[in-house]
Amino acid sequence: MPALLEAANLHAQYGWTSVLHGLTFAVEAGGITTILGANGAGKTTTLRAVCGMVKTSGEVRFDGRRIDGRATEDIVRLGIAHAPEGRGTFVDLSVEENLRLGAYVRRDTSGIAGDYERVYEYFPVLAQRRRQQAGTLSGGEQQMLAVARALMSRPRLLLLDEPSLGLAPLVVREIFRIVQTINKNEGVSVLLVEQNAAIALDLADHVYLLETGRVVMEGPASDLKQNDAVRRSYLGY
Amino acid sequence: MDIFIQQVVSGLATGGIYASLALALVMIYQATDVVNFAQGSMAMFSTYLAWSLLQTGMPYWIAFCATLAIAFIGGLLIERVIVRPVENAPILAIVIVTLGLLVILVSVAGWIYSYIQKPFPSPFPDRPLKVGNIVFGAHDLGAIGITLIVLLLLFLFFRYTTLGLAMRAAAQNPVSSRLCGIRVSWMLGLGWGLAAMFGAVAGLMVAPVVFLDPNMMGGIQLYAFAAATVGGFTSPLGAVVGGLLVGVTENLVGTYVRFIGTELKLTVALAMIIIVLLVKPSGLFGRTTIRRV
Repeated sequence: MPALLEAANLHAQYGWTSVLHGLTFAVEAGGITTILGANGAGKTTTLRAVCGMVKTSGEVRFDGRRIDGRATEDIVRLGIAHAPEGRGTFVDLSVEENLRLGAYVRRDTSGIAGDYERVYEYFPVLAQRRRQQAGTLSGGEQQMLAVARALMSRPRLLLLDEPSLGLAPLVVREIFRIVQTINKNEGVSVLLVEQNAAIALDLADHVYLLETGRVVMEGPASDLKQNDAVRRSYLGY
Repeated sequence: MDIFIQQVVSGLATGGIYASLALALVMIYQATDVVNFAQGSMAMFSTYLAWSLLQTGMPYWIAFCATLAIAFIGGLLIERVIVRPVENAPILAIVIVTLGLLVILVSVAGWIYSYIQKPFPSPFPDRPLKVGNIVFGAHDLGAIGITLIVLLLLFLFFRYTTLGLAMRAAAQNPVSSRLCGIRVSWMLGLGWGLAAMFGAVAGLMVAPVVFLDPNMMGGIQLYAFAAATVGGFTSPLGAVVGGLLVGVTENLVGTYVRFIGTELKLTVALAMIIIVLLVKPSGLFGRTTIRRV
Protein backbone atom coordinates (compact mmCIF):
# COMPACT_ATOMS: atom_id res chain seq x y z
CA MET A 1 0.00 0.00 0.00
CA PRO A 2 1.52 3.33 -0.97
CA ALA A 3 2.31 5.81 1.78
CA LEU A 4 0.08 8.82 2.39
CA LEU A 5 2.83 11.24 1.41
CA GLU A 6 5.76 10.32 -0.77
CA ALA A 7 8.58 12.44 -2.07
CA ALA A 8 10.97 11.15 -4.72
CA ASN A 9 14.14 12.93 -5.77
CA LEU A 10 12.84 16.23 -4.47
CA HIS A 11 14.93 19.30 -5.24
CA ALA A 12 14.12 22.79 -4.05
CA GLN A 13 15.68 26.18 -4.54
CA TYR A 14 15.39 29.76 -3.37
CA GLY A 15 16.26 31.88 -6.36
CA TRP A 16 19.50 30.45 -7.71
CA THR A 17 20.44 28.64 -4.52
CA SER A 18 19.64 24.97 -4.42
CA VAL A 19 18.70 23.88 -0.93
CA LEU A 20 17.34 20.33 -1.26
CA HIS A 21 19.24 17.82 -3.32
CA GLY A 22 17.15 14.82 -4.29
CA LEU A 23 15.23 14.00 -1.11
CA THR A 24 13.27 10.79 -0.92
CA PHE A 25 11.00 10.21 2.06
CA ALA A 26 7.52 8.99 2.97
CA VAL A 27 4.86 9.37 5.64
CA GLU A 28 2.71 6.31 6.30
CA ALA A 29 -1.00 6.77 6.82
CA GLY A 30 -1.70 7.13 10.53
CA GLY A 31 1.99 7.43 11.36
CA ILE A 32 4.22 10.12 12.76
CA THR A 33 7.36 10.78 10.75
CA THR A 34 9.99 13.23 11.85
CA ILE A 35 12.74 14.97 9.93
CA LEU A 36 15.67 15.96 12.10
CA GLY A 37 18.72 18.01 11.38
CA ALA A 38 20.74 20.98 12.39
CA ASN A 39 20.06 24.59 11.51
CA GLY A 40 20.19 25.13 7.80
CA ALA A 41 19.80 21.44 6.95
CA GLY A 42 16.73 22.18 4.85
CA LYS A 43 14.01 20.93 7.18
CA THR A 44 11.69 23.92 6.85
CA THR A 45 12.30 24.00 3.12
CA THR A 46 11.14 20.39 2.93
CA LEU A 47 7.76 21.26 4.42
CA ARG A 48 7.52 24.31 2.20
CA ALA A 49 8.31 22.13 -0.81
CA VAL A 50 5.46 19.77 0.07
CA CYS A 51 3.07 22.73 0.21
CA GLY A 52 4.26 24.31 -3.02
CA MET A 53 5.68 27.38 -1.32
CA VAL A 54 9.08 27.11 -3.02
CA LYS A 55 10.28 26.22 -6.48
CA THR A 56 10.73 22.47 -6.72
CA SER A 57 11.56 19.68 -9.11
CA GLY A 58 11.04 15.99 -8.52
CA GLU A 59 7.90 14.23 -7.43
CA VAL A 60 5.68 14.70 -4.43
CA ARG A 61 2.63 12.44 -4.16
CA PHE A 62 -0.23 12.75 -1.73
CA ASP A 63 -2.50 9.73 -1.66
CA GLY A 64 -0.91 8.57 -4.88
CA ARG A 65 -1.64 11.81 -6.79
CA ARG A 66 1.07 14.25 -7.72
CA ILE A 67 0.95 17.60 -5.95
CA ASP A 68 4.31 19.06 -6.95
CA GLY A 69 3.97 22.19 -9.05
CA ARG A 70 0.48 22.95 -7.76
CA ALA A 71 -0.46 26.13 -5.92
CA THR A 72 -0.44 26.12 -2.11
CA GLU A 73 -4.16 27.00 -1.96
CA ASP A 74 -4.98 23.90 -3.99
CA ILE A 75 -2.67 21.56 -2.07
CA VAL A 76 -4.18 22.38 1.30
CA ARG A 77 -7.62 21.65 -0.10
CA LEU A 78 -6.54 18.03 -0.60
CA GLY A 79 -6.29 17.49 3.15
CA ILE A 80 -2.87 18.78 4.15
CA ALA A 81 -2.53 21.36 6.92
CA HIS A 82 0.69 23.19 7.69
CA ALA A 83 1.56 24.89 10.96
CA PRO A 84 4.45 26.96 9.60
CA GLU A 85 7.72 28.16 11.01
CA GLY A 86 7.09 31.12 13.29
CA ARG A 87 3.45 30.03 13.87
CA GLY A 88 2.04 32.12 10.99
CA THR A 89 -0.60 33.61 13.27
CA PHE A 90 -2.91 36.31 11.93
CA VAL A 91 -1.79 38.68 14.65
CA ASP A 92 -4.41 41.37 14.14
CA LEU A 93 -7.34 38.98 14.17
CA SER A 94 -8.92 37.30 17.17
CA VAL A 95 -8.22 33.70 18.21
CA GLU A 96 -11.66 32.68 16.98
CA GLU A 97 -11.14 34.40 13.64
CA ASN A 98 -7.83 32.57 13.26
CA LEU A 99 -9.63 29.28 13.83
CA ARG A 100 -12.40 30.27 11.42
CA LEU A 101 -9.77 30.84 8.74
CA GLY A 102 -8.37 27.39 9.41
CA ALA A 103 -11.75 25.99 8.38
CA TYR A 104 -12.00 28.28 5.33
CA VAL A 105 -11.91 25.43 2.80
CA ARG A 106 -14.83 23.63 4.42
CA ARG A 107 -18.47 24.12 3.58
CA ASP A 108 -20.18 22.20 6.39
CA THR A 109 -21.15 24.91 8.89
CA SER A 110 -22.44 22.49 11.54
CA GLY A 111 -19.25 20.46 11.32
CA ILE A 112 -17.16 23.60 11.74
CA ALA A 113 -19.16 24.64 14.82
CA GLY A 114 -18.53 21.22 16.36
CA ASP A 115 -14.84 21.46 15.56
CA TYR A 116 -14.45 24.69 17.53
CA GLU A 117 -15.54 22.71 20.59
CA ARG A 118 -13.22 19.83 19.78
CA VAL A 119 -10.25 22.16 19.37
CA TYR A 120 -11.11 24.03 22.59
CA GLU A 121 -11.15 20.68 24.38
CA TYR A 122 -7.63 19.97 23.23
CA PHE A 123 -6.47 23.51 24.03
CA PRO A 124 -8.57 24.98 26.87
CA VAL A 125 -6.39 28.08 27.05
CA LEU A 126 -7.58 29.02 23.55
CA ALA A 127 -11.19 28.80 24.71
CA GLN A 128 -10.45 31.29 27.45
CA ARG A 129 -8.86 33.68 25.00
CA ARG A 130 -11.16 33.17 22.05
CA ARG A 131 -11.99 36.85 21.55
CA GLN A 132 -8.51 38.06 22.34
CA GLN A 133 -6.28 39.48 19.62
CA ALA A 134 -4.03 36.64 18.55
CA GLY A 135 -0.88 38.76 18.51
CA THR A 136 -1.13 39.26 22.27
CA LEU A 137 -0.93 35.54 23.04
CA SER A 138 2.25 34.06 24.48
CA GLY A 139 4.59 32.00 22.30
CA GLY A 140 3.25 28.72 23.62
CA GLU A 141 -0.35 29.81 23.15
CA GLN A 142 0.35 30.95 19.60
CA GLN A 143 1.91 27.57 18.85
CA MET A 144 -1.22 25.90 20.19
CA LEU A 145 -3.27 28.25 18.02
CA ALA A 146 -1.20 27.28 14.99
CA VAL A 147 -1.85 23.57 15.60
CA ALA A 148 -5.52 24.24 16.37
CA ARG A 149 -5.93 26.27 13.20
CA ALA A 150 -4.39 23.44 11.21
CA LEU A 151 -6.81 20.96 12.80
CA MET A 152 -9.83 23.07 11.87
CA SER A 153 -9.51 21.98 8.25
CA ARG A 154 -9.90 18.28 9.30
CA PRO A 155 -6.64 17.39 7.61
CA ARG A 156 -5.41 13.90 6.90
CA LEU A 157 -1.81 15.07 7.10
CA LEU A 158 -0.47 17.61 9.56
CA LEU A 159 2.84 19.33 8.84
CA LEU A 160 4.48 20.77 11.94
CA ASP A 161 7.47 23.06 11.57
CA GLU A 162 9.66 23.20 14.68
CA PRO A 163 6.81 23.50 17.20
CA SER A 164 9.27 23.52 20.10
CA LEU A 165 11.13 26.61 18.93
CA GLY A 166 11.36 29.26 21.64
CA LEU A 167 9.05 27.45 24.06
CA ALA A 168 9.55 26.34 27.64
CA PRO A 169 10.11 22.57 28.04
CA LEU A 170 6.85 22.06 29.94
CA VAL A 171 4.86 23.76 27.21
CA VAL A 172 6.65 21.75 24.55
CA ARG A 173 5.83 18.50 26.33
CA GLU A 174 2.20 19.50 26.58
CA ILE A 175 1.93 20.33 22.88
CA PHE A 176 3.62 17.09 21.85
CA ARG A 177 1.32 15.12 24.14
CA ILE A 178 -1.68 16.70 22.41
CA VAL A 179 -0.25 15.96 18.97
CA GLN A 180 0.16 12.34 19.98
CA THR A 181 -3.45 12.21 21.18
CA ILE A 182 -4.69 13.72 17.93
CA ASN A 183 -2.69 11.19 15.95
CA LYS A 184 -4.10 8.28 17.98
CA ASN A 185 -7.72 9.41 18.30
CA GLU A 186 -8.31 10.93 14.92
CA GLY A 187 -5.82 9.11 12.74
CA VAL A 188 -4.21 12.34 11.56
CA SER A 189 -0.80 11.53 10.07
CA VAL A 190 2.00 13.85 11.11
CA LEU A 191 5.18 15.04 9.42
CA LEU A 192 7.17 16.74 12.11
CA VAL A 193 10.26 18.83 11.53
CA GLU A 194 12.31 19.44 14.65
CA GLN A 195 15.67 20.57 15.93
CA ASN A 196 14.93 19.12 19.36
CA ALA A 197 15.82 15.53 18.53
CA ALA A 198 15.16 14.07 21.97
CA ILE A 199 11.52 15.00 22.15
CA ALA A 200 10.88 14.27 18.48
CA LEU A 201 12.27 10.73 18.80
CA ASP A 202 9.89 10.07 21.70
CA LEU A 203 6.94 10.94 19.51
CA ALA A 204 7.80 9.64 16.06
CA ASP A 205 7.60 6.20 14.46
CA HIS A 206 10.00 6.88 11.64
CA VAL A 207 12.95 9.25 11.38
CA TYR A 208 14.87 10.91 8.57
CA LEU A 209 18.10 12.69 9.29
CA LEU A 210 18.80 15.66 7.05
CA GLU A 211 22.17 17.22 6.47
CA THR A 212 22.62 20.13 4.01
CA GLY A 213 19.67 19.10 1.91
CA ARG A 214 20.30 15.35 1.80
CA VAL A 215 18.94 12.41 3.76
CA VAL A 216 21.95 10.87 5.50
CA MET A 217 20.09 8.32 7.58
CA GLU A 218 16.62 6.96 8.05
CA GLY A 219 14.93 4.29 10.07
CA PRO A 220 12.48 3.51 12.85
CA ALA A 221 12.76 5.94 15.76
CA SER A 222 13.52 3.16 18.22
CA ASP A 223 16.59 2.10 16.21
CA LEU A 224 18.04 5.58 16.02
CA LYS A 225 17.41 6.19 19.69
CA GLN A 226 19.45 3.12 20.58
CA ASN A 227 22.25 3.75 18.11
CA ASP A 228 24.93 5.47 20.22
CA ALA A 229 27.09 6.58 17.31
CA VAL A 230 24.18 8.22 15.57
CA ARG A 231 23.04 9.93 18.72
CA ARG A 232 26.42 11.40 19.41
CA SER A 233 27.35 12.55 15.92
CA TYR A 234 24.05 13.67 14.57
CA LEU A 235 21.77 14.30 17.48
CA GLY A 236 24.26 15.81 19.90
CA TYR A 237 23.40 13.82 23.04
CA MET B 1 -24.51 80.47 14.74
CA ASP B 2 -26.79 79.56 11.88
CA ILE B 3 -24.00 80.12 9.40
CA PHE B 4 -21.79 77.89 11.53
CA ILE B 5 -24.26 75.01 11.51
CA GLN B 6 -24.95 75.56 7.83
CA GLN B 7 -21.28 75.31 7.00
CA VAL B 8 -20.85 72.28 9.22
CA VAL B 9 -23.68 70.44 7.50
CA SER B 10 -22.39 71.37 4.06
CA GLY B 11 -18.96 70.33 5.19
CA LEU B 12 -20.30 66.95 6.34
CA ALA B 13 -21.96 66.45 2.96
CA THR B 14 -18.85 67.16 0.94
CA GLY B 15 -16.86 65.36 3.62
CA GLY B 16 -18.95 62.27 3.00
CA ILE B 17 -17.91 62.34 -0.63
CA TYR B 18 -14.27 62.73 0.30
CA ALA B 19 -14.77 59.87 2.76
CA SER B 20 -16.08 57.57 0.03
CA LEU B 21 -13.08 58.17 -2.16
CA ALA B 22 -10.70 58.07 0.80
CA LEU B 23 -12.21 54.75 1.84
CA ALA B 24 -11.48 53.38 -1.60
CA LEU B 25 -7.88 54.58 -1.33
CA VAL B 26 -7.44 53.06 2.12
CA MET B 27 -8.99 49.74 1.10
CA ILE B 28 -6.61 49.30 -1.78
CA TYR B 29 -3.66 50.43 0.32
CA GLN B 30 -4.51 48.00 3.09
CA ALA B 31 -5.02 45.11 0.74
CA THR B 32 -2.15 45.69 -1.66
CA ASP B 33 0.21 48.31 -0.19
CA VAL B 34 -0.50 50.37 -3.31
CA VAL B 35 -1.73 53.99 -3.28
CA ASN B 36 -4.04 54.14 -6.26
CA PHE B 37 -3.60 57.56 -7.84
CA ALA B 38 -6.23 56.71 -10.42
CA GLN B 39 -9.01 56.25 -7.87
CA GLY B 40 -10.66 59.57 -8.70
CA SER B 41 -10.55 59.13 -12.45
CA MET B 42 -11.92 55.59 -12.11
CA ALA B 43 -14.81 57.20 -10.25
CA MET B 44 -15.19 59.83 -12.95
CA PHE B 45 -15.28 57.20 -15.67
CA SER B 46 -17.91 55.22 -13.77
CA THR B 47 -20.02 58.35 -13.53
CA TYR B 48 -19.76 58.89 -17.29
CA LEU B 49 -20.94 55.31 -17.80
CA ALA B 50 -23.88 56.10 -15.54
CA TRP B 51 -24.58 59.17 -17.66
CA SER B 52 -24.68 56.99 -20.77
CA LEU B 53 -27.09 54.61 -19.07
CA LEU B 54 -29.32 57.49 -18.03
CA GLN B 55 -29.32 58.80 -21.59
CA THR B 56 -31.03 55.55 -22.63
CA GLY B 57 -33.92 56.46 -20.37
CA MET B 58 -33.03 54.07 -17.55
CA PRO B 59 -34.51 55.10 -14.18
CA TYR B 60 -31.96 56.65 -11.83
CA TRP B 61 -31.69 53.99 -9.13
CA ILE B 62 -31.40 51.18 -11.66
CA ALA B 63 -28.63 53.08 -13.40
CA PHE B 64 -27.07 53.65 -9.96
CA CYS B 65 -26.95 49.93 -9.19
CA ALA B 66 -25.85 49.03 -12.71
CA THR B 67 -23.02 51.55 -12.48
CA LEU B 68 -21.86 50.09 -9.18
CA ALA B 69 -21.84 46.62 -10.71
CA ILE B 70 -19.91 47.80 -13.77
CA ALA B 71 -17.46 49.69 -11.56
CA PHE B 72 -16.90 46.54 -9.51
CA ILE B 73 -16.09 44.49 -12.59
CA GLY B 74 -13.94 47.29 -13.98
CA GLY B 75 -11.92 47.50 -10.77
CA LEU B 76 -11.42 43.74 -10.77
CA LEU B 77 -10.25 43.78 -14.39
CA ILE B 78 -7.87 46.66 -13.77
CA GLU B 79 -6.28 44.74 -10.91
CA ARG B 80 -5.89 41.57 -12.96
CA VAL B 81 -4.70 43.17 -16.18
CA ILE B 82 -2.81 46.29 -15.17
CA VAL B 83 -1.73 45.96 -11.56
CA ARG B 84 -0.99 42.23 -11.29
CA PRO B 85 1.99 42.33 -13.71
CA VAL B 86 3.71 44.97 -11.58
CA GLU B 87 2.73 43.44 -8.24
CA ASN B 88 6.29 42.70 -7.17
CA ALA B 89 7.93 45.67 -8.79
CA PRO B 90 9.37 48.53 -6.72
CA ILE B 91 6.75 50.89 -5.36
CA LEU B 92 7.71 53.65 -7.77
CA ALA B 93 6.82 51.48 -10.74
CA ILE B 94 3.37 50.83 -9.33
CA VAL B 95 2.84 54.55 -8.62
CA ILE B 96 3.70 55.37 -12.21
CA VAL B 97 1.33 52.71 -13.46
CA THR B 98 -1.57 54.19 -11.48
CA LEU B 99 -0.66 57.72 -12.57
CA GLY B 100 -0.61 56.50 -16.15
CA LEU B 101 -4.03 54.94 -15.63
CA LEU B 102 -5.29 58.28 -14.31
CA VAL B 103 -4.16 60.10 -17.44
CA ILE B 104 -5.50 57.41 -19.76
CA LEU B 105 -8.93 57.40 -18.14
CA VAL B 106 -9.24 61.19 -18.28
CA SER B 107 -8.17 61.29 -21.92
CA VAL B 108 -10.44 58.43 -22.97
CA ALA B 109 -13.38 60.04 -21.20
CA GLY B 110 -12.63 63.33 -22.94
CA TRP B 111 -12.33 61.56 -26.28
CA ILE B 112 -15.59 59.65 -25.97
CA TYR B 113 -17.67 62.26 -24.21
CA SER B 114 -15.86 65.54 -25.04
CA TYR B 115 -14.57 67.98 -22.44
CA ILE B 116 -17.75 70.05 -22.38
CA GLN B 117 -19.37 69.97 -18.98
CA LYS B 118 -22.59 68.03 -18.76
CA PRO B 119 -25.27 68.39 -16.13
CA PHE B 120 -25.91 65.26 -14.08
CA PRO B 121 -29.17 64.55 -12.30
CA SER B 122 -29.45 64.12 -8.56
CA PRO B 123 -31.84 61.48 -7.25
CA PHE B 124 -32.89 63.84 -4.50
CA PRO B 125 -35.55 66.54 -4.96
CA ASP B 126 -34.47 70.10 -5.55
CA ARG B 127 -36.42 71.45 -2.61
CA PRO B 128 -34.33 72.88 0.16
CA LEU B 129 -35.26 71.79 3.66
CA LYS B 130 -35.55 74.53 6.22
CA VAL B 131 -34.96 73.89 9.91
CA GLY B 132 -35.25 77.18 11.72
CA ASN B 133 -32.98 79.58 9.84
CA ILE B 134 -30.82 76.83 8.41
CA VAL B 135 -31.28 75.60 4.89
CA PHE B 136 -30.25 72.06 4.10
CA GLY B 137 -29.94 71.03 0.51
CA ALA B 138 -31.80 67.79 -0.01
CA HIS B 139 -28.92 66.57 -2.12
CA ASP B 140 -26.44 67.31 0.66
CA LEU B 141 -28.40 65.27 3.15
CA GLY B 142 -28.97 62.55 0.60
CA ALA B 143 -25.25 62.34 -0.11
CA ILE B 144 -24.50 61.98 3.61
CA GLY B 145 -27.17 59.31 3.89
CA ILE B 146 -25.89 57.28 0.96
CA THR B 147 -22.34 57.48 2.27
CA LEU B 148 -23.42 56.24 5.67
CA ILE B 149 -25.41 53.35 4.22
CA VAL B 150 -22.51 52.25 2.07
CA LEU B 151 -20.16 52.47 5.03
CA LEU B 152 -22.46 50.41 7.19
CA LEU B 153 -22.71 47.70 4.54
CA LEU B 154 -18.95 47.65 4.20
CA PHE B 155 -18.46 47.36 7.95
CA LEU B 156 -20.95 44.50 8.18
CA PHE B 157 -19.32 42.76 5.23
CA PHE B 158 -15.83 42.85 6.70
CA ARG B 159 -16.85 42.09 10.25
CA TYR B 160 -19.42 39.34 9.84
CA THR B 161 -18.93 37.52 6.56
CA THR B 162 -16.42 34.79 5.84
CA LEU B 163 -15.39 36.43 2.60
CA GLY B 164 -14.76 39.69 4.42
CA LEU B 165 -12.62 37.84 6.94
CA ALA B 166 -10.70 36.16 4.16
CA MET B 167 -10.04 39.51 2.50
CA ARG B 168 -8.73 40.98 5.74
CA ALA B 169 -6.55 37.92 6.26
CA ALA B 170 -5.19 38.04 2.69
CA ALA B 171 -4.22 41.67 3.16
CA GLN B 172 -2.50 41.09 6.50
CA ASN B 173 -0.72 37.81 5.92
CA PRO B 174 -0.80 36.42 2.38
CA VAL B 175 1.46 33.45 3.20
CA SER B 176 -0.66 32.15 6.06
CA SER B 177 -3.78 32.89 4.03
CA ARG B 178 -2.62 30.58 1.27
CA LEU B 179 -2.03 27.90 3.89
CA CYS B 180 -5.69 28.27 4.81
CA GLY B 181 -6.70 27.77 1.21
CA ILE B 182 -7.54 31.42 0.52
CA ARG B 183 -6.93 32.42 -3.07
CA VAL B 184 -5.03 35.59 -2.31
CA SER B 185 -4.92 36.95 -5.83
CA TRP B 186 -8.71 36.72 -6.14
CA MET B 187 -8.98 38.65 -2.86
CA LEU B 188 -6.84 41.42 -4.28
CA GLY B 189 -9.06 41.62 -7.34
CA LEU B 190 -12.12 41.75 -5.08
CA GLY B 191 -10.53 44.54 -3.08
CA TRP B 192 -10.01 46.63 -6.18
CA GLY B 193 -13.54 45.87 -7.32
CA LEU B 194 -15.04 47.03 -4.03
CA ALA B 195 -12.87 50.12 -3.97
CA ALA B 196 -13.95 51.01 -7.51
CA MET B 197 -17.55 50.70 -6.32
CA PHE B 198 -16.97 53.25 -3.56
CA GLY B 199 -15.30 55.57 -5.97
CA ALA B 200 -18.35 55.30 -8.21
CA VAL B 201 -20.64 56.24 -5.31
CA ALA B 202 -18.50 59.31 -4.69
CA GLY B 203 -18.62 60.24 -8.37
CA LEU B 204 -22.39 59.85 -8.59
CA MET B 205 -22.87 62.08 -5.54
CA VAL B 206 -20.48 64.75 -6.72
CA ALA B 207 -21.48 65.09 -10.36
CA PRO B 208 -24.80 66.88 -9.75
CA VAL B 209 -22.94 69.57 -7.78
CA VAL B 210 -19.82 70.23 -9.86
CA PHE B 211 -21.11 69.01 -13.25
CA LEU B 212 -19.69 66.11 -15.16
CA ASP B 213 -16.43 66.60 -16.97
CA PRO B 214 -13.29 64.49 -17.31
CA ASN B 215 -11.39 66.56 -14.74
CA MET B 216 -14.26 66.51 -12.26
CA MET B 217 -12.53 64.39 -9.66
CA GLY B 218 -9.18 66.17 -9.77
CA GLY B 219 -9.77 68.44 -6.81
CA ILE B 220 -11.80 65.86 -4.96
CA GLN B 221 -9.04 63.30 -5.24
CA LEU B 222 -6.73 65.77 -3.50
CA TYR B 223 -9.28 66.17 -0.74
CA ALA B 224 -9.57 62.40 -0.50
CA PHE B 225 -5.81 62.11 -0.11
CA ALA B 226 -5.97 64.72 2.63
CA ALA B 227 -8.75 62.74 4.28
CA ALA B 228 -6.82 59.48 4.13
CA THR B 229 -3.69 61.17 5.45
CA VAL B 230 -5.52 62.82 8.34
CA GLY B 231 -7.35 59.65 9.24
CA GLY B 232 -4.46 57.29 8.65
CA PHE B 233 -3.94 55.20 5.52
CA THR B 234 -4.30 52.00 7.47
CA SER B 235 -7.68 52.76 9.00
CA PRO B 236 -11.05 52.68 7.21
CA LEU B 237 -12.62 54.46 10.15
CA GLY B 238 -9.88 57.05 9.85
CA ALA B 239 -10.75 57.56 6.19
CA VAL B 240 -14.34 58.36 7.12
CA VAL B 241 -13.49 60.59 10.06
CA GLY B 242 -10.73 62.22 8.02
CA GLY B 243 -13.12 62.91 5.18
CA LEU B 244 -15.69 64.52 7.42
CA LEU B 245 -12.99 66.52 9.20
CA VAL B 246 -11.51 67.81 5.96
CA GLY B 247 -14.94 68.75 4.62
CA VAL B 248 -15.97 70.63 7.73
CA THR B 249 -12.58 72.27 8.24
CA GLU B 250 -12.30 73.59 4.71
CA ASN B 251 -15.79 75.05 4.92
CA LEU B 252 -15.27 76.69 8.29
CA VAL B 253 -11.85 78.06 7.38
CA GLY B 254 -13.21 79.29 4.07
CA THR B 255 -16.07 81.08 5.84
CA TYR B 256 -14.34 82.54 8.85
CA VAL B 257 -10.85 83.31 7.61
CA ARG B 258 -11.29 86.21 5.23
CA PHE B 259 -8.37 85.81 2.95
CA ILE B 260 -8.94 82.09 2.35
CA GLY B 261 -12.46 82.53 1.09
CA THR B 262 -13.56 79.98 -1.44
CA GLU B 263 -10.56 80.28 -3.73
CA LEU B 264 -8.00 78.87 -1.33
CA LYS B 265 -10.12 76.09 0.21
CA LEU B 266 -8.10 73.43 -1.55
CA THR B 267 -5.00 74.96 0.00
CA VAL B 268 -6.51 74.24 3.39
CA ALA B 269 -6.66 70.56 2.51
CA LEU B 270 -3.07 70.54 1.31
CA ALA B 271 -1.98 72.36 4.45
CA MET B 272 -3.73 69.69 6.51
CA ILE B 273 -1.73 67.00 4.72
CA ILE B 274 1.53 68.75 5.53
CA ILE B 275 0.63 69.40 9.15
CA VAL B 276 -0.43 65.80 9.74
CA LEU B 277 2.71 64.43 8.12
CA LEU B 278 4.83 66.69 10.32
CA VAL B 279 3.03 66.09 13.59
CA LYS B 280 1.56 62.58 13.44
CA PRO B 281 2.43 60.88 10.16
CA SER B 282 0.35 57.80 10.81
CA GLY B 283 -2.78 59.94 11.02
CA LEU B 284 -5.40 60.02 13.74
CA PHE B 285 -6.31 56.35 13.61
CA GLY B 286 -3.43 54.89 11.67
CA ARG B 287 -1.12 52.30 13.09
CA THR B 288 2.54 53.10 13.37
CA THR B 289 4.44 50.21 11.90
CA ILE B 290 7.73 49.40 13.52
CA ARG B 291 9.95 47.51 11.20
CA ARG B 292 12.78 45.67 12.91
CA VAL B 293 15.75 45.48 10.61
